[in-house]
Amino acid sequence: PCPANEVFIPPKFCDNRIVSSKYTVWNFLPKNLFEQFRRIANFYFLIIFLVQVIVDTPTSPVTSGLPLFFVITVTAIKQGYEDWLRHKADNEVNKYRVTVLEDGRRIRKESEKIKVGDVLEVEENETFPCDLILLQSSRDDGTCFVTTASLDGESNHKTHYTVPDTESDVESLNATIECEQPQPDLYKFVGRMHIYKNNEEPVLRSLGPENLLLKGATLKNTQRICGVAVYTGMETKMALNYQGKSQKRSVVEKSINAFLLVYLCILVSKALVCTTLKYVWQSKPGQDEPWYNEKTKKEKETNLYLNMFTDFLSFMVLFNFIIPVSMYVTVEMQKFLGSFFISWDKDFFDSEIKEGALVNTSDLNEELGQVEYVFTDKTGTLTQNNMEFIECCIDGHQYKYRDASSEVDGFCVTDGPVNRLQQKAGREREELFLRALCLCHTVQVKESTEQEVVPPPEEQRGFIASSPDEIALVKGAMRYGFTFLGLESKTMKLLNRNNDVEIYDLLHVLNFDPVRRRMSVIVRSKSGDTLLFCKGADSSIFPRVRQEEVERIRMHVERNAKEGYRTLCVAYKYLSEEEYVQVDSGLREARLALQDREQKLMAVYNQVETGMNLIGATAVEDRLQEEAAATMEALQGAGMKIWVLTGDKMETAKSTCYACRLFQRNTELLELTVRTLEFIGKRREDQLHDLLLEYHKKTNLSSLYCRSWSTQDYGFIVDGATLSMVLNSSSENNTNNYKNLFLQICQNCTTVLCCRMAPLQKAQIVKMVKNSKGSPITLSVGDGANDVSMILEAHVGIGIKGKEGRQAVRNSDYAIPKLKHLKKLLLAHGHLYYVRIAHLVQYFFYKNLCFILPQFLYQFFCGYSQQPLYDAAYLTMYNICFTSMPILAYSLLEQHISIEILLDNATLYREIGKNAMLRWGPFLYWTLLGVFHGLVFFFGVWFLFSNPALQDNGQVFGNWSYGTIVFTILVFTVTLKLALDTRHWTWINHFVIWGSLAFYVFFSFFWGGVIWPFMSQQRLYFVFANMLSSVSAWLVIIMLILLSLLPEILYVVLHKPRAPHARQSSTGGLQSPRSSARPLLMRTFSDESNTVI
Amino acid sequence: MMASSYSAKDEDGHITVSGPGGAALRNKKPENTAFKQQRLPAWQPILTAGTVLPAFFIIGLIFIPIGIGLYVTSNNIKEFEIDYTGDDVSSPCYNCAENFSWNSTKFCTCTIPFQLDQPYESNVFMYYGLSNFYQNHRRYVKSRDDSQLNGNMESLKYPSKECEPYAHSDNKPIAPCGAIANSMFNDTLELVYNDPNGTNVSISLVSTGIAWWTDKHVKFRNPGGSNANLSAVFQGTAKPVNWRRPVYELDADPENNGFINEDFIVWMRTAALPTFRKLYRIIQKKNNMAPTLPRGNYTLKVVYSILKATDLNSVIWMGKSAVSRIRFKFFQVR
Repeated sequence: PCPANEVFIPPKFCDNRIVSSKYTVWNFLPKNLFEQFRRIANFYFLIIFLVQVIVDTPTSPVTSGLPLFFVITVTAIKQGYEDWLRHKADNEVNKYRVTVLEDGRRIRKESEKIKVGDVLEVEENETFPCDLILLQSSRDDGTCFVTTASLDGESNHKTHYTVPDTESDVESLNATIECEQPQPDLYKFVGRMHIYKNNEEPVLRSLGPENLLLKGATLKNTQRICGVAVYTGMETKMALNYQGKSQKRSVVEKSINAFLLVYLCILVSKALVCTTLKYVWQSKPGQDEPWYNEKTKKEKETNLYLNMFTDFLSFMVLFNFIIPVSMYVTVEMQKFLGSFFISWDKDFFDSEIKEGALVNTSDLNEELGQVEYVFTDKTGTLTQNNMEFIECCIDGHQYKYRDASSEVDGFCVTDGPVNRLQQKAGREREELFLRALCLCHTVQVKESTEQEVVPPPEEQRGFIASSPDEIALVKGAMRYGFTFLGLESKTMKLLNRNNDVEIYDLLHVLNFDPVRRRMSVIVRSKSGDTLLFCKGADSSIFPRVRQEEVERIRMHVERNAKEGYRTLCVAYKYLSEEEYVQVDSGLREARLALQDREQKLMAVYNQVETGMNLIGATAVEDRLQEEAAATMEALQGAGMKIWVLTGDKMETAKSTCYACRLFQRNTELLELTVRTLEFIGKRREDQLHDLLLEYHKKTNLSSLYCRSWSTQDYGFIVDGATLSMVLNSSSENNTNNYKNLFLQICQNCTTVLCCRMAPLQKAQIVKMVKNSKGSPITLSVGDGANDVSMILEAHVGIGIKGKEGRQAVRNSDYAIPKLKHLKKLLLAHGHLYYVRIAHLVQYFFYKNLCFILPQFLYQFFCGYSQQPLYDAAYLTMYNICFTSMPILAYSLLEQHISIEILLDNATLYREIGKNAMLRWGPFLYWTLLGVFHGLVFFFGVWFLFSNPALQDNGQVFGNWSYGTIVFTILVFTVTLKLALDTRHWTWINHFVIWGSLAFYVFFSFFWGGVIWPFMSQQRLYFVFANMLSSVSAWLVIIMLILLSLLPEILYVVLHKPRAPHARQSSTGGLQSPRSSARPLLMRTFSDESNTVI
Repeated sequence: MMASSYSAKDEDGHITVSGPGGAALRNKKPENTAFKQQRLPAWQPILTAGTVLPAFFIIGLIFIPIGIGLYVTSNNIKEFEIDYTGDDVSSPCYNCAENFSWNSTKFCTCTIPFQLDQPYESNVFMYYGLSNFYQNHRRYVKSRDDSQLNGNMESLKYPSKECEPYAHSDNKPIAPCGAIANSMFNDTLELVYNDPNGTNVSISLVSTGIAWWTDKHVKFRNPGGSNANLSAVFQGTAKPVNWRRPVYELDADPENNGFINEDFIVWMRTAALPTFRKLYRIIQKKNNMAPTLPRGNYTLKVVYSILKATDLNSVIWMGKSAVSRIRFKFFQVR
């Protein structure tokens, strides 16, 4: 079968096992623990725990060990489960039985045992177990069809070709394959095959992506194929593509880390203060070791400095609760559970594609509420990417399709701007044009399956193509009488107006690429003429055709572009036999090249596509997405700056922007394009410089005079070429200067339109804005593969489940079916998530500060002896049980402003912008609140204890009663503080808040009601019950809770709601009618509550 | 399916949660439940002056009677405090304090006359107070063995090592062990009413009911059950070093002896602050006619035996730095 392969197998190919799992049963525990403790927080808690174990510390190791154990276990279980899933998936792939041809026999093997060079047989609807070179297909024409739905989501059938000369007899094939090193690009492959035939000179065949069947793709419409494995296991393109997606982190996380640092400083300084004071205090005789409280012998003997150090550690341990272990767990839980609300939202469900929103990461929920810049793709995102053929223009005559039945041929002429009074172009030209439309594309006809008896009616004939434009054009041609019937073994069939079938040989396809912006086919008609048809963007066609033809067409193209249509120009060229031979050999040579194949091909393409004749142009309408304008307006109202990044031409993009109301009637457009740069008598660079300065001055002026941008809106238009000039200007210092000017102009404009952008440029722009001053939060929306780079680059990447495949969705953080869902995703979900998590974080720090502060103060009254104020059970349970659930429920359910109001008032979004709730101001407020509460708790109870008779029967309370009273006040205050902040009381909130308090009371009774045999000291025995039997204790508890909450209540009550923000929409002084119609009560509520939190 | 249906991402043990979704959840319309759509019926309180101020008023109204009640009660509370520390030469206890520090074996009694200007009508609580005595020091607080105090025979013989260095004396286990027990307050206070007709009436001081009921009846138990012969049970244990008598001779009443002696229990409940008071005795109202303590002259007799001096003790007294001020206080509720 394939003996030659053995000659060429270098020893180092990996096997075909896919390993995506991280752990095995044996290394799970050590490896997972190691990875978990690599996290700073976990490591810190581990250290604290170890200190508690080693040093004689005030609190038992259980107090910090138990929560840590809990956190570690939960994480380990989760990661273990995920890894188990991975193992399962791996196994499914690796143990999959495949058929290998060995020595002429078919052997069933497990997929993981495939080696490079094995010849495999794959049947219909099976997936390929590794990357294969197609050798033989059961189809006659040496093709096979695959879908790569699981790779890039494109469900259309793609045609792959067998390597020429191999398909006849795989059994006797003797060949070697050279190919490039494995690389992740799915659409690139370069290789060479040497075929040896009995002692003849080896035949060389080039291998391209069309010969390569990717692992993970599925065979369709083909009974079986044979292929030879070239890349296996982790070297397959699929495996290479699933490695290392960069992790995005949210601003909130950065804030948390900053706050943690502050608290760590507080912790260390507290411990230092206490240690210092302790030794100052002890230096007086008799204080360190009074007669009633002697040290043990061992304690006496230890070194002073060692003692100091252990004392410091002890204080650290005593106060370590100020940094909450449970916060991480709660934050993770909040994010995980919270993200379900997005995928559950039925408003995001699209009945057309029967899908809702998809959450790929839950780490960025709150980032959705912080977006400042929105980068949006145009095609498929702002527009539907649902192309409709509107009109065409042949030789300067405009043809508009009206209704098939109104005229015999369904072809009518409306008067074009070139007034030629109902003239038609010659019939010949018309037909040539339509043939060009029918031939110049890569559309496939969907093959009807055999079960279908009745073939689908003509109009609904299914076409499959990677670009919807092509389908629209083919369908457009069909309406005018030219029907494309399909492509079979390199012949294209079409049905012309007279219902005759015309057959063309497809000689070459010069594929479309975004740089060339055109594509061509070379066909040979029955009559033997060799024709080249080319279609592409006007800018790329016009220079390649005769100028007088251009003038006739250009007007149409420009008018159509202005109306927002996508225009394509169609040109053709007759190739003489010699020309064709030259082209043919050039193409073949370029395709065989192992290196720089792309460039070589490009050169040949450019050479061929010259001197063409322009026939006409087409206009295809790409309708706006549903509610695109309203969505954009809402986002702008929310203070986001919207940048449209598109590969389309300026006129089309501009018209889309007008249609989306991104540009308003009174928007002053600042253009920085190739056109404006072409100023006579000046170098381009100079002109660029002047323009930049001028625009900068203009925009700066307006932003200086009026900080709100309602007076004059600026729109800024840049194109790709100019942008690269700005970014890659010749001299070093100029670049920076230009870049800054450019950024400043952009920042002062409401909308920026960047047209004619290459995918990489999109990412460049996003990166530039992302790294600009103030590092604003960016969001990218896109639907196609060309948006992936910017989706990955932005802080938040949103994929639209559009028609251009699923690559954007796969690489996005969140995917939504339609653009209009963006509004709710940001304005409602994002806003709520941000408020929730910000409150969660602040609250966590606050509650631990006022938990630990009394303990710190107590040190001043117990001779700095590290005596804990609270019992160990309370220390342990405070964060786990007593106060964790209410905040979790709050952070999942809170709607401080109802979703409807959030959606109606986009301006509300601005109030949380720039991380408003997690800045140092609010942090200081919460910290001061915590300090205040801690002081009130401690000294309130201290005051109580200055009175000896706390109980009616004259009995006295001890230190544990003191701690318990403080703790009771603490738990109630902290919970009620949250209750005060809660604006949205569902039954869950009620249950959890009152339930926590009830649980605390119940637990305290229970914990104090039993003599616990395993405890060495029964510190809390009946302490709680005795406390409740004292009227004074009751009074003090109630009074102190009220006193602590009083400022908060007063603030809420007396706080005057801020005047509603003046600017509602960008339409000058016109206020949005909605806002004024809003009921007064609702407004005060929403505006006020927004500021309370 | 392929291994590609999930994203294999997580690093450094960070909990990365990929949200719900994936292939399994596709093609499924989200359920239209109130919870999932975040439309649970909710009470949305609007805190404005209009809603909160009335609430404040109502709460205030409720508190007015409570306040009045408190005011009346606090007016009825009478306090009388006597400092018998004896660190002042004019103090009657000066000699005791001085002697006490030098001569550790003898009892010293001092008498302090005082006058009550107002009668004490109802039950009177007698407290003793100490200042600058760190009962809440960590080393002190943990220096006890609750298991021993609960009557566990094992712990009686082998006291917890938390009690060190007050766990063993002469190789015998100390019962009750620990620093707290060792430093128990054991001054004896007596109160004598100097009747105007010349007779001196000794006022009966009730020494039960001063400790928490649960402490006395559950937490503190004598070893060997309630009927055991205490001196036999405590055989083989040593008394705390500072004590004059062993624990089974604290009181003649078997219900108030040993570990369940209420003075002892009160002392064992460590105070929260370094200056504290503990309930010493209760003077109960005899009949409805006469006040518990009528107006007139009284004498307080202090058997100054507290805290039998040790070497250490004397050091402190000499240094005069950390003086435990012992106060005596009447306190009457209602």
